[in-house]
Amino acid sequence: MPLSVTESLALRSSEDVVRMRQWVRARAVGIGFSLVDQTKIVTAASELGRNILEHGGGEGHVYLDLPTHNSKIGIQLTFEDKGPGIADIEQALKDGFTTGGGLGLGLGGARRLVNQFEIASRPGEGTRITITRWKGP
Amino acid sequence: MTAAPKSRIAEILNHYEGDLLKDWMKQQLTGKAVPTDLMKESELRDQCAEFLRLLREASRGSVTDMVGSEWTELKNLLSDITGSRARQGFTPAETATFVFSFKQPLFDRLRQAYGKDADGLSMDLWNATTLLDNLGLLTTEYHQKGREDVIVRQQRDLMELSTPVVNIWDGVLALPLIGTLDSERTQVVMQNLLQRIVDTGSAIAIIDITGVPIVDTLVAQHLLKTVAAARLMGADCIISGIRPQIAQTIVHLGVDLKDVVTKATLSDALSIAFQRTGYTVRKGGRSESVSSNGTEDGVQTKVASRAGGTQHL
Ligand SMILES: Nc1ncnc2c1ncn2[C@@H]1O[C@H](COP(=O)(O)OP(=O)(O)OP(=O)(O)O)[C@@H](O)[C@H]1O
Ligand SMILES: [Mg+2]
Repeated sequence: MPLSVTESLALRSSEDVVRMRQWVRARAVGIGFSLVDQTKIVTAASELGRNILEHGGGEGHVYLDLPTHNSKIGIQLTFEDKGPGIADIEQALKDGFTTGGGLGLGLGGARRLVNQFEIASRPGEGTRITITRWKGP
Repeated sequence: MTAAPKSRIAEILNHYEGDLLKDWMKQQLTGKAVPTDLMKESELRDQCAEFLRLLREASRGSVTDMVGSEWTELKNLLSDITGSRARQGFTPAETATFVFSFKQPLFDRLRQAYGKDADGLSMDLWNATTLLDNLGLLTTEYHQKGREDVIVRQQRDLMELSTPVVNIWDGVLALPLIGTLDSERTQVVMQNLLQRIVDTGSAIAIIDITGVPIVDTLVAQHLLKTVAAARLMGADCIISGIRPQIAQTIVHLGVDLKDVVTKATLSDALSIAFQRTGYTVRKGGRSESVSSNGTEDGVQTKVASRAGGTQHL
């Protein structure tokens, strides 16, 4: 099975986000994700990556793991930034809430596209979001 | 403590400007430093003369560091020369040689000026080497920069090329999108489409996203904005090529496309477009469908009443 080594990528520009999407797609294909599962995890990654650029201080990192659980394999991505943080997480997750003129669907949408979604954020310190999607049956 | 002996480079540049120019030109023309097929001798002479003039000005200050504002003009000149040479097809090495080839003439004059003063000479040879090496390296940097600019420009051109708006039918435009839609590219796409709507007076635009890898909220927002803008210009958009996996993610994201006509395939979209613009399409038959007004083989026949145009979808 694939080595359980964390890989990482710096996010500073929209080109980096495109690169990240290709990277996540390649890993998803590598562990046999279906086309739908690939598209879901890549889309969620795109949302969280762009949020770092737009709201999370403009730069951050994404870490990729391939965890196994009950003999199932999955992709786990952790997005970290040292931006302004999110004061009201509940509100940020609400569909339609945006502070930047977007649709306000990225955060909530990303949560719906994955199996596990954890968010930790502190105003003034930054934000860390971890998402996991398990390989479907 | 004794002060460091003063460099005489500025003085020599000042005193022997004409001779240095002559020697330097000779050096370049005989040493094949300049591919004479690429540029005229007079052009080279102008560049060298200007270089010498600005170097003389700049070296009035310190010759060992090139940070002061007195060096700006010389750097600008080098940047211009490098740019024009890059366009003329010079290699980075050939451009750098332009600067390096000035070493010999300058060294000769320094040797003459210092005579038996070995300490003074070695100090200024070092200064001159450092100075010209730095200037030569700058041209390499500018060369690189010039290339990058070219690449960026080509990418931008490609961006427009890769998003052609096709007039597929009378009054119907199609925009097949391929690849990643970042903000910049979408901007170009949107403007092209709106412009073509104006130019052609088209009533329907089909945006086909078969070739777009994913639709995230940014892409969705761009699409919605394009549809809204087109509507203001009197054209309806149909979004086609929504693959099953894309449809699923759009639903999970919660993007509301209910005000937009969407179709799975381009051909589905096209048949809607025909209905709306009042065309009917049927298979070419030999029988009664051949129309009297000379429509080709009866493949398409315009329905006189255009009743389909009012249909709401
Ligand atoms: N990494 C982050 N750091 C700080 N604030 C964030 C971060 N991610 C999201 N937010 C906040 O949460 C809000 C909602 O995010 P969400 O991704 O749902 O919408 P959006 O980015 O504004 O628009 P879009 O629909 O285009 O994604 C943002 O407007 C922003 O205020
Ligand atoms: Mg977002």
